[in-house]
Order: sequence, then structure tokens, then C-alpha cells
Amino acid sequence: MLKVENLSVALGGATVLENVSFSVQKGEYVCIVGENGGGKSTLLRAILGQVPRAGGTVTLTEGKIGYLPQQSTAGADFPASVKETVLSGCLGALGWRPFYGRAEKEKAERVMKRLGVWEWRERSFSRLSGGQKQRVLLARALCAGENLLLLDEPITGLDPLVTQELYQLIDQAHREEGWTVLMVSHDVKTAVTVADKILHLGKTVRFFGTSEAYLASDLGIHFTGRCCEHV
Amino acid sequence: MFDLLREMLSYAFLLRALAVGVMVSLCSALLGVTLVLKKYSMIGDGLSHVGFGAMTVALALNVAPLYVAVPVMIVSAFLLLRLRQSSRFSGDAAVAIISASSIAVGITAASLAGGLNTDVYSYMFGSVLAVTREDVILAFVLCAAILTFFVLGYHRIFAFTFDPDFADASGTHTRPFNMVFALLTAATIVVGMRVMGTMLISGLIVFPAVTAMRLSRSFRGVTVTAGVISVAAFVIGMIASYAFSYIPAGAGVVLANLLFLLLASLVGRLRKTG
Ligand SMILES: Nc1ncnc2c1ncn2[C@@H]1O[C@H](COP(=O)(O)OP(=O)(O)OP(=O)(O)O)[C@@H](O)[C@H]1O
Ligand SMILES: [Mg+2]
Repeated sequence: MLKVENLSVALGGATVLENVSFSVQKGEYVCIVGENGGGKSTLLRAILGQVPRAGGTVTLTEGKIGYLPQQSTAGADFPASVKETVLSGCLGALGWRPFYGRAEKEKAERVMKRLGVWEWRERSFSRLSGGQKQRVLLARALCAGENLLLLDEPITGLDPLVTQELYQLIDQAHREEGWTVLMVSHDVKTAVTVADKILHLGKTVRFFGTSEAYLASDLGIHFTGRCCEHV
Repeated sequence: MFDLLREMLSYAFLLRALAVGVMVSLCSALLGVTLVLKKYSMIGDGLSHVGFGAMTVALALNVAPLYVAVPVMIVSAFLLLRLRQSSRFSGDAAVAIISASSIAVGITAASLAGGLNTDVYSYMFGSVLAVTREDVILAFVLCAAILTFFVLGYHRIFAFTFDPDFADASGTHTRPFNMVFALLTAATIVVGMRVMGTMLISGLIVFPAVTAMRLSRSFRGVTVTAGVISVAAFVIGMIASYAFSYIPAGAGVVLANLLFLLLASLVGRLRKTG
């Protein structure tokens, strides 16, 4: 459903992505891994059309994207209720209408209930804990998209328990509702267990294939830290 | 207090000043919420200094102030935004440079035109005598435009303010939004600075938003509260300045805003502990 061909991106005079090609089939769960500054976030932003492409194509054959940006300072100390935040995910469905209709409000309510954030709907988003915030932002992403989730490091900085919960929620969306997932993660060890495929990015595609193949590859062995385990 | 207000309303010039002020207070409070949250409030400050420069130059050249102020402010608004977004320059340094230069140009123009007379003084600190019928019409048009923009664009403004990255990904283009905000801010300052004074008008943008954030936790709540507080503070400030003739109008309004902020901080603190 998503096809990226020979994608190149240059930012501030430097080449960030070079000749990136891969494709994601409907219903797949793909994890993007790689070193800091390897261009993972940039790849997602290029797919969303937020950064200019120096070359190549991105084709989305069907569906709508729900995006969860890498943790930023956005929303820090911002007066927004959880409900307002989740509902803002429906922004793309607004078109030329000025206000949300019943369909959007019902969708937001459904998603909030499913992710267990409905109880917090009147609470201030900025006063939630990091894990609660990510849950709310996942809800927003689910409101924004229809069948493709782009998640940029959704679990970074969360404690193991909350991380587990978030993985479960993503997994649930993937399995039960058929979302195609493209997730950036530094938690490589879990990534290889949850994802069907791994994309290792370091300016170019350094590996793209199934999780099993990645684990068996030299790069995979190195990056999952198993090269040194027997020492 | 209401007797005072009634007495004030019997003067045509005070009525005009009140009308312009109430509308400008509402506009600046609405814009202020986004500007403060996006950490753009210094742009309002910079623009008001540019306004002072433009007005005194107009005075020296003996042309209608608005003909100079409007184009200069629009250009400056774009410039300030540009400088803010470019990484070569830190945003607040850019604002400081533009502010200081404008004041220097303004003061030079003023002394060329015969020193710091009452006109220049009233540009700096506001005067209720200076408000004309055209100002009222201008304020009305501006207010109608801003209210329409905020009502129809509310959800987009929220998304753009809260998380521009996400708003952009959802197909709301953020660049024009920045421009629209800069333009509306410039227009609000132009219309409001005759009453409030160029040194004090930026308070009208910042205070209500900051006060409202002490009292409400939702964006809708903050927006509405800021609007209400701003209008109330303006009216109270005007009444105070009428009752105590040594308080200039602009100063009265800013002091009323300050009072509201202190009260709101107190309420916020009590609520947290209580
Ligand atoms: N707006 C920009 N202007 C110039 N260079 C940029 C810009 N955004 C990103 N870069 C550069 O592009 C490179 C890739 O950045 P990107 O954020 O995509 O990395 P990443 O793989 O997501 O890293 P991390 O794991 O730390 O999130 C970095 O070297 C970064 O400095
Ligand atoms: Mg990143």
C-alpha cells in the first residue's frame, strides 16, 4: 500500500536520505531502526510530504495516514484538554467545514474509550505523565488515519510496564483492526519480536527484510547487541 | 462605578475611545493566546515599537500616520517572522534590534520635527482624545475579521498552535497561518496604539492570555476567558483613568490587567493547594 522508490532528501545542504527504496504491504508491521541521525524521522516526514524531496517517489495507493511525531516540546505547558487533543486528530477530515460533525466526535469517543483515555478527557494534556501523553497521542493518530500508522519513537522514555501497555495497544490496532504500522524504534530487541519486517536506515537502506532475516544478518547481530553477549 | 461609566459615555470622544478599545482588547486577547503559546509574544512588542517609529516619521513628514504605519508594520511583521524562523539569528535578538532601531528613528524624526511635543507623548502612552470616527470603523472591520477567522478557523488554529508538525501532516498548511497571525497582529496594534500608546499596547496581547492560562486548562476555556478578561480590564482601566485624572488611559488598562493577573495567580495557587 506504500511504495517508496529511490527517495532522496537533502536538508540544510546535507544529504539526509539517499536512494531509499522499500515497500510496505497492507497489514504489515514494519519497524524502522538505526543510529541517531540516520534519517528515520526524516523518512516519515518525507512520506507525509513535510520535507522537500530531492528525488524519487512516494506512492500511497490507498488509505489515510495517522501520524505520531517524535516526542517534542509541543504541548508542554499548553492549555489543552485530552479531548481537544484527540479530537484535533480529525482535522484532516474537516475539509472545508469549520466544525467537527457527529461522525468525528463519535470516532474520537470510540478511540478514546478503546485506548482507555476516556476517563481523562477533561484533564489537562500537559499535566499527564509521559506514558499517558503517548497514549493520548496514539489516540489522536488513530483518529487522523484510516489504515496506516506512522509512529516515531512512541515508547522512548517510558518505563517497562507502560512500554508494554503501549506495545499492546499498537498490536491490538494492528491485529484486530487491520492497521498497517510503520514504527520508528530504538528498542530493537522488542522491534524484532513485534514486527514482520525491519528497515535499518543509515542514510540509505542498510537492511530491509523480515525480522528473522535481520536477526540472522551481521548488521542485525551487531545492532541488537548480541555480538558481545557471550563475552 | 456605573454612574461614572454613564457620565463617560456622554462624551463622544470617550465613547469612541471605549468602542475602539473594547474591540481592540477582544482582538488582541484572541491573537494573544496563540502568540503567547507559540512564544511569539515578542513580535507584538517589536511591532509596537515599529509603530512608534512609523507614527513619528509620519508626524515629521506631516502625512496621515496610518499611511506610513500600515505598510511599514506589514513589512516588519513579515520580517520579524522570517528572522524568527531563520536559524542564523536568534528570534529575540532580532526583535530587540528592530525595536531599538525603530525607536531611534522615531526619536530622531520627532526631534527634527520640533522636539518631544504632546503628539509624540500621546503616541508613546496613548490618548483618548486622538480617536477618530475612522478609527472606530477600522476597529469594527478588524474585529469582525478576527472574530470570523477565530470562529471558522477555531479547530485549525488549535491544531496549528498545539502541534504545527501534526497540523501540517493533517493537511493544514502552517505557513499561511503564521502570515495571517502576523498581519492581524500588525493591524490590531495599528488600530489600538492611538488609545493604548505604542509602549503599552503589547501588554494588551500578553496579559489576558497569561491570566487566562492561570484559570483554565482547555484551549476553548483559555480563549474565551482571555477575551472576557481583556474587555473587562480595558473598561475598568478606562474608568480608573477617568476617575483619577493622573492615570493615563493606557497605563490604567495595563494596571487593571496586572491586577487581574495577580488575582488569577492567587486563585490558581489556592486551587492547587485547596
Ligand atoms: N530541518 C533540518 N535542517 C537541517 N538538517 C536537518 C533537519 N532535520 C534533520 N536534519 C538532519 O538530518 C539528519 C537525520 O535526522 P533525523 O531526525 O531524521 O534522524 P533520526 O534517525 O530520526 O534520529 P533520532 O534517532 O535521533 O531521532 C540529522 O543529521 C539531522 O541533523
Ligand atoms: Mg527521529
